[in-house]
Amino acid sequence: MHFGPHLLLAALEGLVTSAVLALTALGLSLVFGVMRIVNVAHGEFFMLGAVLAWAISTAISGHPAIGFVAALVIAPLLVGLVAFLAEWLVLRRLNYNPESTIVATIGMLYIIQQLALTFYGPEARPVEPPFSYRILLPWFGYSGYKLSVVAASAILLVITWLVLTRTRIGLIMRATQYDRETAQAFGIPVERVYAGVFAVGAMLAAIAAVLIVPISQAHYLMGQDPLLLSFIVVIIGGLGSLRGTVVAAVLIGLSDGIVSMFFSPTLAKIIATLVVAMVLVFRPQGLFGTAPR
Amino acid sequence: MRDASPAKAYALHIAVVALLFVLNFVLPDYHQGLFARIMALAVFAMGYNLLFGYVGLLSLGHAMFFSAGLYGAGLTVYHLGWGVPEAFVAGVACGALLALVIGLLALRTSGVAFMIGTMMFAQVFYLLILYFAAWTGGDQGLVIQQASRVVTVGGDALDLTDPTVRYMSALALFAVVLLITLALVRSRFGRVLVAIRENEERTKMLGYDTGANKLAAVVASGAVCAASGAAYALLFGYVGSSFASVQYSILPLLWVLLGGAATTLGPLIGTLFMYYVTDITSGFTSAYLLIVGVALILLVLFFPKGVLGSIRQRWLGWLP
Repeated sequence: MHFGPHLLLAALEGLVTSAVLALTALGLSLVFGVMRIVNVAHGEFFMLGAVLAWAISTAISGHPAIGFVAALVIAPLLVGLVAFLAEWLVLRRLNYNPESTIVATIGMLYIIQQLALTFYGPEARPVEPPFSYRILLPWFGYSGYKLSVVAASAILLVITWLVLTRTRIGLIMRATQYDRETAQAFGIPVERVYAGVFAVGAMLAAIAAVLIVPISQAHYLMGQDPLLLSFIVVIIGGLGSLRGTVVAAVLIGLSDGIVSMFFSPTLAKIIATLVVAMVLVFRPQGLFGTAPR
Repeated sequence: MRDASPAKAYALHIAVVALLFVLNFVLPDYHQGLFARIMALAVFAMGYNLLFGYVGLLSLGHAMFFSAGLYGAGLTVYHLGWGVPEAFVAGVACGALLALVIGLLALRTSGVAFMIGTMMFAQVFYLLILYFAAWTGGDQGLVIQQASRVVTVGGDALDLTDPTVRYMSALALFAVVLLITLALVRSRFGRVLVAIRENEERTKMLGYDTGANKLAAVVASGAVCAASGAAYALLFGYVGSSFASVQYSILPLLWVLLGGAATTLGPLIGTLFMYYVTDITSGFTSAYLLIVGVALILLVLFFPKGVLGSIRQRWLGWLP
């Protein structure tokens, strides 16, 4: 294959990574933006979504599309429920203290990971894609499912943006983000908003996982990379900024796809992590964010 | 904090060291080995406590300082054939140097950004170890042969693989670091660190250079953690990349939280307790991470001050 088509293939792969990453990072960013806490267990909600998708799609017989659609609906709901309980039982009692919540979510990370290992096992298991149409380009054929993942992610991102900017729920969330105490004084049920945001953040990660699981398999350690990459995206994009998160996700996803096709993946990871650490140190508001008030 | 009983505090610490000394002759073989390991790792926890407990800086990347010591000592022995004392010094120096660089960078941030930043730097360090697998052994690690772990002291050869020599070496390191920590936190420097934890702006206004003091604390903490890593490599003869993973940044946090942050003996109690809980439960289940997770959540929910912190608050106000 010539350089041009090779680059196109790398860019397409990068775009799929970006699409999934944008959804996952959006969940993390939403939770950080509104609640001002860092959820270290976010990657485990992603993993839980993928593992549940496998469980649901194997439990349902018939055409793979039926099992997949069922997984796409049920798995995020279950993950949202788990996140809601975690918020209700632990985070609320910590009064959302940033440092205590990090320690507590590290605890959740270990618990969820270990339970997945115990009940799901150490194997990586595939989920059948709902359809297997190949789009034929002049140089190579490309999976139609992968492109539909990009489309689905774009639609979900637009919906989230519309909800945040055009609805009453979004207004309430932004008010809580802007000033928690004033919002409470105006009768906004801040605790319910927090519980909802934490659950929705986890659900976004779970949806991303269900979308990706027909491409890469479900495994109990699969939450680690998305967590790190989501951190990177959220930091580069500016903590709590939706637009920055999406732009950064596309940037990171594309460069990850292209760089790791031409260079050693470990070296690519080293450089990316170092760059992000430096951004955090020298430009804590992110490349696209504005300085905090 | 200032109290009239420095003698009481020193007596307690010397009694703890003496108790550990006696335990060497009392403990069965298996537990003697376990205790040596616990004391070496308790030094890691004490180093972490210097920064987390006294300055209030929560780092999620201390595995890099521990493994800087581990590899600094292990690689010089393995590749350069250095003797044990030189290798130990090399390990500590590596950790202190790394801490200086990381401190200069990471201290520009605070709070959550400091936590994530240190975690990222540690991740880079971990990946570098994997990338240079030709020298570090990657995730397989390297085994340091018994022959290169012998120290000659005044004509006598001390074999660090001998259980009693190993126990006593770990105890010596532990005792030295414990007493240094005790002296440090009672010193002027230690009080400035606590003042920074309580209110950094106020401390700055009182005329203290908080930046320099924090940097000194990071370097001291990094050097102590590296000493623990170097001792671990030399005493147990294995270096591996798993010691640089995120998990080894979380463990000292867990040990310190459990024993009590900002207490001198808390790190030992936390390490001892967690190690035995893991050891006993691993007989029934392989799910020891589950226990770590549950312990972290319960601690942060119900005992944010840890064992010794709660005891100090209720009964023994003089405890350092």
